[in-house]
Amino acid sequence: MTIDMAQFHQVFFDESFEGLDIMESGLLEMDPGSADPEQINSIFRAAHSIKGGSGTFGFTNIADFTHVMETLLDEMRDGRRQVTAEAVNVLLASVDVLREMLTATSEDAEMDPERVKAQKAELDRLLAGDSAATKVAEPDSMEEAPAASEQTGWHIVFHPHPHMMRTGNDSLRLLRELGGLGELMVEVDVTSLPPLSEFEPEDSYLSWDLRLMGDATQEQINDIFDWVEDDCDLSINPICPEQTAPPAAPEVASDSEQKAEVKAASAPVERREGVDRRTSERRGSAKKTGSSAGASSIRVDISKIDVLINMVGELVITQSMLSMLGEEFDISQIERLREGLAQLERHTREMQESVMQIRMLPISFTFSRFPRLVHDLSTKMGKKIELKMTGEATEVDKTVIEKIGDPLVHLVRNSLDHGIEMPEERVAAGKPEVGTVELNASHRGGNIIIEIKDDGNGLNKDVLLNKAIERGLVPPDAILTDQQIYELIFAAGFSTAETVSDVSGRGVGMDVVRRNINELGCSIEIHSEMGVGSSFVIRLPLTLAILDGQTVSVGSETYIVPLVSIIESIQIKEDMVNMLAGKGETFKLRDEYLPIVRLHEILGVNDAKAKEINEGLLVVVEGEGRRCGFFVDDLLGQQQVVIKSLEANYKKIVGLSGATILGDGSVALILDIPGLIRMAGKASLDYGKDVRKTA
Amino acid sequence: MTELQVTESGSLQDEGLADEQNAQYLTFELADEDYGVDILRVQEIRGWDVVTRIPNAPPYVKGVLNLRGAIVPIFDLRERFGLSCQEYTKDTVVIVLRINGDTGMRIMGVIVDAVSDVLNANSNGLANAPDFGGRVATEFITGLVSAGDKMVMLLDVDKLLGQDQESELELAAAN
Repeated sequence: MTIDMAQFHQVFFDESFEGLDIMESGLLEMDPGSADPEQINSIFRAAHSIKGGSGTFGFTNIADFTHVMETLLDEMRDGRRQVTAEAVNVLLASVDVLREMLTATSEDAEMDPERVKAQKAELDRLLAGDSAATKVAEPDSMEEAPAASEQTGWHIVFHPHPHMMRTGNDSLRLLRELGGLGELMVEVDVTSLPPLSEFEPEDSYLSWDLRLMGDATQEQINDIFDWVEDDCDLSINPICPEQTAPPAAPEVASDSEQKAEVKAASAPVERREGVDRRTSERRGSAKKTGSSAGASSIRVDISKIDVLINMVGELVITQSMLSMLGEEFDISQIERLREGLAQLERHTREMQESVMQIRMLPISFTFSRFPRLVHDLSTKMGKKIELKMTGEATEVDKTVIEKIGDPLVHLVRNSLDHGIEMPEERVAAGKPEVGTVELNASHRGGNIIIEIKDDGNGLNKDVLLNKAIERGLVPPDAILTDQQIYELIFAAGFSTAETVSDVSGRGVGMDVVRRNINELGCSIEIHSEMGVGSSFVIRLPLTLAILDGQTVSVGSETYIVPLVSIIESIQIKEDMVNMLAGKGETFKLRDEYLPIVRLHEILGVNDAKAKEINEGLLVVVEGEGRRCGFFVDDLLGQQQVVIKSLEANYKKIVGLSGATILGDGSVALILDIPGLIRMAGKASLDYGKDVRKTA
Repeated sequence: MTELQVTESGSLQDEGLADEQNAQYLTFELADEDYGVDILRVQEIRGWDVVTRIPNAPPYVKGVLNLRGAIVPIFDLRERFGLSCQEYTKDTVVIVLRINGDTGMRIMGVIVDAVSDVLNANSNGLANAPDFGGRVATEFITGLVSAGDKMVMLLDVDKLLGQDQESELELAAAN
């Protein structure tokens, strides 16, 4: 068999990570003491397929590790073991280790074997817990396995159940694989072979007594029998030179007991603390390399594909209708042509929408990690926190899902660490002992709104301001609005936490949150009230690939302004403009003074038609909470545009978020509103630069 | 639109592999000077077309072009080298090049006066560019080769178009 298995690896990893998520969420929902058997079953199934897959692809370390977990789960499933909080925690930690192993394997990196060993020992200790008395005394086959000098091979008794062939497993294949591990001596037991008249061609009647010589390990042998363990009687025993006859073979019916023999409780438990810390560090580094590796894939709901296929069918019909029309066209048919073109337009738009739908995933992909995070952190910090999530079914573009994850984790951590108070404090403040963190996702207009809300202490404006002045981030006499003060938490190196914990407080993070969110073209708002709680509202674009745009003309050039950032477009008269310090133009929109940014100046367009303020139009835009009026020549029209990156072949340009191709094939640039507002702010500050330099 | 696709790039690649020392260069003219680029880097040669200007970009960046759905920046090599500018006519040619940058392959176009020839050059026949000290930037020139009575400067397109990305970015940030 020379199929290149590597081509399936990506699918395996995708499925395994999904399986891990299932295991994790299942474990978190499990109530110690009274677990739902179906839930254990689903966790078990996830573990089983990871084991099976990794065995098939030859990732033996993953298969071995999962096997132990599976054993534990199997006992829980059969009711032979109580579901204790301790067991759940150990299993959760094992899920983490397994995830790291998978990540490491998918990146061809080395996983720290010590860590795996320690966690495995932990599992084994748990497994051995109640069976230790009976099991530990028995010969420790795993420990012996690597010590090949003491043994010359394995004695395997393999008795398949009659139905084994029907499960798709062929005994002959297993024997052939065993033969590949070393010299194999085979004795066939034909006693159960029925007379020919009763012979069922699909049943297995034979059993084998096998002696495998050489230094094959027990794992290798276990791997071969991995899939048939439940469909046969199997015993595997080492053959030692001084003891050629196998010891009283403990019959192993299923794998459950098998691993219970494994080096019980041999690893020191105290090591866990140190190991835990290492996990978080390693995970951080693993994530960085992971993002760049390999092509990513997406799993699509089959119904979405069906919709698309229907749409393509419609499109083909329209196309053939139009081409028929075109073959013998005369002017009397113009009405039909128009109709056909309108149909074509509709289908194209629908198809575009359904293709975009394929990229959409429910935000629960991101949210699903939070129950675990909250569970772990609240235990660690000794706080009582309840997590409420709503709107998990809200669909967001895959790219957004990938990029929003880390900022959200940061924000939730912050809420847990700085927001929610210790239970005593909460009671003292007359609040319920259990703090609440809410995660909401919803559609609003062309945006997705994600809100992280806690009923904790809220942001302390005075502390924030004092800290910022202390750090020299703002001048001591500055007068800031509430929103501006809250924004300070996004400044680099700014932390209000009195003590630095390993959860947060180092002052890195929030600036990264802000940067990531800005990169996505999203905005973040903070609302807070002392003693009542705070909420962070993130506004995400529905998709990153298509945007509703307003085309505006400046001179001979055409630019696209994202429709979501436009508040209104107005024409104003000269006398409505006020000068600020002889430099900045402002105008009054209702009860707010807004700066005017002349786009032709900031974009360097030298053939602008509108020079005077009453010749052109003001497009009032908002970005990052700031509003201003962009002065343009004219508005052209609204259209959906496909966003193309400028970075792909060139580089990022300040003030532009990308480019698109217009109907006539020419390129139009898409304006980055927040970027332009910042640029305009800087430009007007420029004249003050010299003053600051000398100061 | 005058579009002349270099269709044989596949077979050229094979030849290139077969004899590494014998590379082929596409030569072009730029203000009476002759330059050459590795022909395997040339994606296509096309006529000058109106581009969309990029605001606040250096003057030699003429703008971006829609090249079958890709947004491709177009550079004027004359201005890049500080030569005198010229009106673009229908004879002005854009050479579309593949650049290996830090972030993978990019496609960029350079405006030249005219494409001249395909030049077979043996690496033994390459002469190093003389060192002018700081007066003339020679870091983009991999070597000089003579073709008949002319001297052709061979350009390292990665250095020429790929490298200055970062410095420009810093420049923009500083501004």
